[in-house]
Amino acid sequence: MSKFPNQLALVAVIVLVLTAAVVLLSERASQSGAEEGHSALEWESPRVTALGWIAGAFVGAAQAQGVAHGAESPVYPGAGKTYGLGRAALPEEIAAWDIDIRPDGTGLPEGAGDVWTGEEVFINNCAACHGDFAEGLGRWPVLAGGLGSLTHDRPVKTVGSYWPYLSTVYDYIYRAMPFGYSQSLEPDEVYAITAYILYSNGIVEDDFELSHENFTAVRLPNEDNFFMDDRDAGEYAAFSAEPCMENCKESVEVTMRAAVLDVTPETEGSATEGSATEAATIEDEEEASNAVDASVVVASAVGSEAAEASGEQAPLDAEVLAASAPDPELVAAGQAAFRQCSACHQIGADALSRTGPHLNDVFGRTAGALDDFRYSSVMTEAGAAGLIWTEETLAAFLADPRGYMRGTRMAFRGFRDADDIAAVMAYLSTYAE
Amino acid sequence: MTAKHQGTKPKRKGSGKRPTRRAFLGGAAGALGGVAGGATLARAGADPNITELKPWMRELGDPVDLFPYGGPSEFEAHVVRRNVEWLTADTTSSVNFTPIHELDGIITPNGLCFERHHAGAVHIPPEEHRLMVNGLVDTPLIFTMEDILRFPRENHVYFLECAANSGMEWRGAQLNGCQFTHGMIHNVMYTGVPLRLVLEQAGVKTSAKWIMPEGADASAMTRSIPMEKALDDCLLAFKMNGEALRPEQGYPLRLVVPGWEGNMWVKWLRRIEIGDAPWHHREETSKYTDLLANGKARRFTWEMDAKSVITSPSPQAPIPHGPGHTVLTGLAWSGRGTIPRVDVTLDGGKNWHKARLSGPSLEKSLHRFYYEFEWDGSPLLLQSRAHDSTGYVQPTKTQLREWRGVNSIYHNNGIQTWYVDPRGVAENVEIS
Repeated sequence: MSKFPNQLALVAVIVLVLTAAVVLLSERASQSGAEEGHSALEWESPRVTALGWIAGAFVGAAQAQGVAHGAESPVYPGAGKTYGLGRAALPEEIAAWDIDIRPDGTGLPEGAGDVWTGEEVFINNCAACHGDFAEGLGRWPVLAGGLGSLTHDRPVKTVGSYWPYLSTVYDYIYRAMPFGYSQSLEPDEVYAITAYILYSNGIVEDDFELSHENFTAVRLPNEDNFFMDDRDAGEYAAFSAEPCMENCKESVEVTMRAAVLDVTPETEGSATEGSATEAATIEDEEEASNAVDASVVVASAVGSEAAEASGEQAPLDAEVLAASAPDPELVAAGQAAFRQCSACHQIGADALSRTGPHLNDVFGRTAGALDDFRYSSVMTEAGAAGLIWTEETLAAFLADPRGYMRGTRMAFRGFRDADDIAAVMAYLSTYAE
Repeated sequence: MTAKHQGTKPKRKGSGKRPTRRAFLGGAAGALGGVAGGATLARAGADPNITELKPWMRELGDPVDLFPYGGPSEFEAHVVRRNVEWLTADTTSSVNFTPIHELDGIITPNGLCFERHHAGAVHIPPEEHRLMVNGLVDTPLIFTMEDILRFPRENHVYFLECAANSGMEWRGAQLNGCQFTHGMIHNVMYTGVPLRLVLEQAGVKTSAKWIMPEGADASAMTRSIPMEKALDDCLLAFKMNGEALRPEQGYPLRLVVPGWEGNMWVKWLRRIEIGDAPWHHREETSKYTDLLANGKARRFTWEMDAKSVITSPSPQAPIPHGPGHTVLTGLAWSGRGTIPRVDVTLDGGKNWHKARLSGPSLEKSLHRFYYEFEWDGSPLLLQSRAHDSTGYVQPTKTQLREWRGVNSIYHNNGIQTWYVDPRGVAENVEIS
């Protein structure tokens, strides 16, 4: 209550500063507009216009710093000159990072790939998540179909039905796919996959070859159905009226309840979360460790081994461990390398077979033997023929999965470094019964 | 490497048991109506919490070096980010949610800031990190983190809201808790270098109209941002709330794009390309475009509209005390400026009351509001309505659907309703 005068003063200061800012902004706009005749989105030489403007303009506003946060824009010593920071980028450095593609074809590398090659590359690299026909498995993205569904109750937004530009497909595949193995595909492979996605959307025939030369001639069907944000033109005014404050409605009815759907996490019956929460409040140490998720115990055990290995106690501990367990440093390295696997494979107490089979007790397991995973036919056949995962067979498989077993669904191309294979196998061996 | 401070704290001897939130929501909820009322006024006998000497009053506490990096009290272990498992295919390209129902004031603690990654959170040694500025510039440049730290810095508090925040609620009430309906937001103070100072080092050509920030993670996130915004208030941030960015927030360097959708705030920022046209990359075409009922889609919907939510009472924060004096609180924000006013209704919008705003009112930052009232124990239909400094008023969900249909996923800023029953238990509902 007694703060009221202070608040009024604050408001007054803010109004003053905002007014100053508006005046300055309009000055700037009229200057650049008059001199250059450009639209508002365009922007002029920064060294002359922007910095000169900033240096001069905010001397007054700077006095209000700390009060009117949003209008703050301080004067820096030496503003208007460069700071001499950074160094020139080398052409090969720019080439290494400048991977982006634009709708006009800017950035496309030389290369070509046809639909049939694309199908093979797609099945090897993409189908584990996106399905053999780009139809999407589980909750992974659907890439094909959905044409004409955008006005339906449940639109299916695919490359064919929704995406405006083909360049986005190429850019994204090279940039971020396969999931967990980015920037691994050659240009010809990306062209081939892109051609196959076009084919699976019915946009090209099966004899089509896509290359850097014909790329921009391909248009996607939904290109014209995107438009620039127009909220300011319609909604903004509609949502800016002074609202009713009193006696606004006769009656109010509840029309929908979230409890009906019951999809909220942490409701009763969510056993894993429950045990984790409960464990934190249990007083007795023994009870607590019993209640804690077993996978957490395993993971932290591995972690503490790694931590100790780098500490003073390491030699002694390592010796003790060596008798019964793999080298903790190797296990820690394997845990890190396993990130390349974890997009598809789970391991630990709660591990399930999802995109790939779970990897608990993998040593001694017959290939293709888990009931809860749909293997490729070659994997099932190899198991039926007697393939059992041992240190030797698994090492060979992980070095070159598709060379070792042609037709496997596993998209991973194999570890380049033999040390990684040894490390991952050491890590896997800690998840044995 | 070592994160020992995150481990479980040693158990204290003889500390009293504290009922969990779960127990409260479940079995105990039924008894609330009966217990409530006189409970706080007339106790039977003296309080043993006073008459019996507590161990912490006699024995020594922790030494100063027990936790070189402090964490929250062990009694706050339930205050964590949460994932909604069915939302995404796996947890590396996924999202978790800020527990806004447990927080107060306007600043989000760093460890509770929601995460959204497209290829997992990566851990980059700062000495190996580089920022490249290339494209339509006089001289393409490379900066180390040491270079970045030699530019003039600014400090600003900004909210970061995912464009998909409340995206699961377009078709109706779905998730019971503001953590899940509104928790893809956080608000921290950033320390960083104005982007324009770094661009000026390279000398931006007059034909330049757009920038494209790119991340160093395996998703190599890219977005197209108009030059006007880049030169206005964007920051290259390296600190949040005074300490280094958390890895999951883009350590060592992230872009800050005040008031605009969170996806544009590229984390692990490694490169900024300058161009004369937008790139139309995946996150601004197939995603982060707003499909309307007529099958057409808005693109480049960058600005976050004004929005608010009552964080308590709410489904995860029921009223524990029965009828009597009750504190209602919540958050409001706008990508267009400040929030000078928030209205609150207890009866589903028949009558509205102006809430009390408390704490700093900063541009493009969260604002905290309160409304205290005498609850008579009858059912409540709670809503809040934000007004921003440009005169925009947060719309109802019905109003929004009239403009946008139910398939746009992003930018759902409609008014949220909580139903509170006579026991004080709250639920996410929609009303006429």
